[in-house]
Amino acid sequence: HIHSPQRRAVCRRTVDFDMLGSCSSAALRAVNVGIRAGRAAQLRLVHTMRPEPHSAASLMDIGTRRIFSEEHDIFRQSVRRFFQEEVAPYHTQWEKEGQVSREVWKKAGEQGLLGLCIPAEQGGIGGDLLSAAIVWEEQMYSNCTGPGFSLHSDIVMPYISHYGTPSQVQRFIPPLAAGTSIAAIAMTEPGAGSDLQGVRTYAKRDGSDWILNGNKVFISNGWMSNVVVVVAVTDREATSAAHGLSLFLVEDGTPGFIKGRKLEKIGLKAQDTAELFFEDVRLPADALLGPENKGFYCLMAELLQERLLIGALAMASCEFMFEETRRYVMQRKAFGKTIAQLQTVQHKMAELKTEICVGRAFLDSCLQLHCEKRLDSPTASMAKYWASDLQNRVATECVQLHGGWGYMWEYPIAKAFVDSRVQLIYGGTNEIMKELIGRSIVSQK
Amino acid sequence: MNCNPIFFFQIRVKPDRTGVVTDGVKHSMNPFCEIAVEEAVRLKERKLVKEVIAVSCGPQQVQETIRTALAMGADRGIHVDVSGKDYENLGPLQVSKILAALAKKEDASLVVLGKQAIDDDNNQTGQMTAAMLDWAQGTFASEVVIEGDKIKVVREIDGGLETIQIKMPAVVTADLRLNTPRYATLPNIMKAKKKKIDYMKPSDLGVDLISRIEVVSVDEPPQREAGVKVESVEDLVSKLRDSGRI
Repeated sequence: HIHSPQRRAVCRRTVDFDMLGSCSSAALRAVNVGIRAGRAAQLRLVHTMRPEPHSAASLMDIGTRRIFSEEHDIFRQSVRRFFQEEVAPYHTQWEKEGQVSREVWKKAGEQGLLGLCIPAEQGGIGGDLLSAAIVWEEQMYSNCTGPGFSLHSDIVMPYISHYGTPSQVQRFIPPLAAGTSIAAIAMTEPGAGSDLQGVRTYAKRDGSDWILNGNKVFISNGWMSNVVVVVAVTDREATSAAHGLSLFLVEDGTPGFIKGRKLEKIGLKAQDTAELFFEDVRLPADALLGPENKGFYCLMAELLQERLLIGALAMASCEFMFEETRRYVMQRKAFGKTIAQLQTVQHKMAELKTEICVGRAFLDSCLQLHCEKRLDSPTASMAKYWASDLQNRVATECVQLHGGWGYMWEYPIAKAFVDSRVQLIYGGTNEIMKELIGRSIVSQK
Repeated sequence: MNCNPIFFFQIRVKPDRTGVVTDGVKHSMNPFCEIAVEEAVRLKERKLVKEVIAVSCGPQQVQETIRTALAMGADRGIHVDVSGKDYENLGPLQVSKILAALAKKEDASLVVLGKQAIDDDNNQTGQMTAAMLDWAQGTFASEVVIEGDKIKVVREIDGGLETIQIKMPAVVTADLRLNTPRYATLPNIMKAKKKKIDYMKPSDLGVDLISRIEVVSVDEPPQREAGVKVESVEDLVSKLRDSGRI
């Protein structure tokens, strides 16, 4: 929408953004001010006025938010439809089974929803970060936390893409993008979570092979996984634990690799979180992912995106819960009118909307920065902890606004509430986030 | 293709009762048009047609609809610019004139449309376009098979299914069960950015947009009233008779 007097005479054609560089330019359009008489066209850069979500009818409306373009809107329509048609109808069943179906993974692969940020030359989709963010958001808007698409595509696949040898990339990326193979990453152990350096899983050299022993817990996509990136100690003599960790690609079916059981969580019921055991697993030399003993640095580099991702999921969930609650309060009657007509409810909704919109502005700024490769680790940590804290506050308030129905499993808000709790814990606890942010504040560098 | 308010959106009548509120209401491609685009793309994939052109009449916002069609596989688009009051008055008669003019201009042999648009539910554009071009028409298609220069169309009619054979050039309108439209994938959306959308005005096609219809008023459906309980079947029948229902 260009608010200029030349609007009627404008013949808009979008210019290839690649030449403009980063995806921040998605908000800038080169407008060809073409007059029918065929005068020479002038190129002018104008901001297209995409509405802000806070002034749209719904915080989840397609066509809002400055960081996105029209192409993103078209993609979002497709993604929204996918979650509505292929995921949501089956989710209750999947919650009972503690896992989603293999079919939905294949369907997601067929629709090109997996490996969005992985370069096309490697077998990925070759899309931008914002397109990946659309998939993260639409999944939360559909309130279906079962499918571990974002972990698979935007946490695990980047490890293989960035640190894999050409042969590893060629072997693993295409089936992961197709959804015929499911990825997981195993860092946490029963005795080491935040204390990543307390990892005990050990890979010992045996000729050119490695022998892996240990166990991992709380591994998302663990039960269904076909390939797992395992964090293990490779140098017990290292000066600090950080210098002795390596990453390995372990495939399902390798002798000694045992999937213990699906873990019974209080939320994320359709997510197949599992414990994994490695008993004298023999791995060939080419199972090593990235440089030996440099695993810690790979993790530090990749954890930034994981934290931003969790923050993005949190904000999208807030928006979903808000709209869900808005719908509820506008039809729920009490004391002769809808509860939306009660001042306390209106004030509560006003507070929620304000906080969510403030959070959304920050998250979008972080997404934009990450697009331009300008997001730093402390800021990603800020996004993760602040947005997940907000998500949990919003969840609590929204359940309360639903009254007794908010406590019923069949109500979407109940599921969103329990699912939100883990966001404070995984991907690095919010306490660890504060550690990282605090250190960056007082560091002398 | 038609660009309609999304069908699960809350629709409200405008205060002056001349229509429904469309500002700020998210629009998307008419579901039947999506099916039409899908069918056209499938025909091209089977090499039965050479080129698929996606056409939409309306203001700026229909460009996104055209891009979606391009992302689904159409080769190029045509945006016939109609805005403001003209757009509000745009009806099947005007659109069919535009489509007929374009079909001649582009030397098309097949025009595929959705059977009806979910905003007005007129179900007239396809039929009128065929009449203006003096072409054969296969409407409410649930199956389309091209056999040489003829098309076998299985039509959904009240009594069931009717199979007809029509000669090209022809107009076909898509019904719900014709196909399931594909998702626009990201690589195709990106490819669609490079596809051309031609821009023109109805006057460029020699079409006048004067409406032969004047909307007198638009009202919301009556508020649902409370039901009435009856004691017996006889009571029910007599009440239905009294209110003229039977």
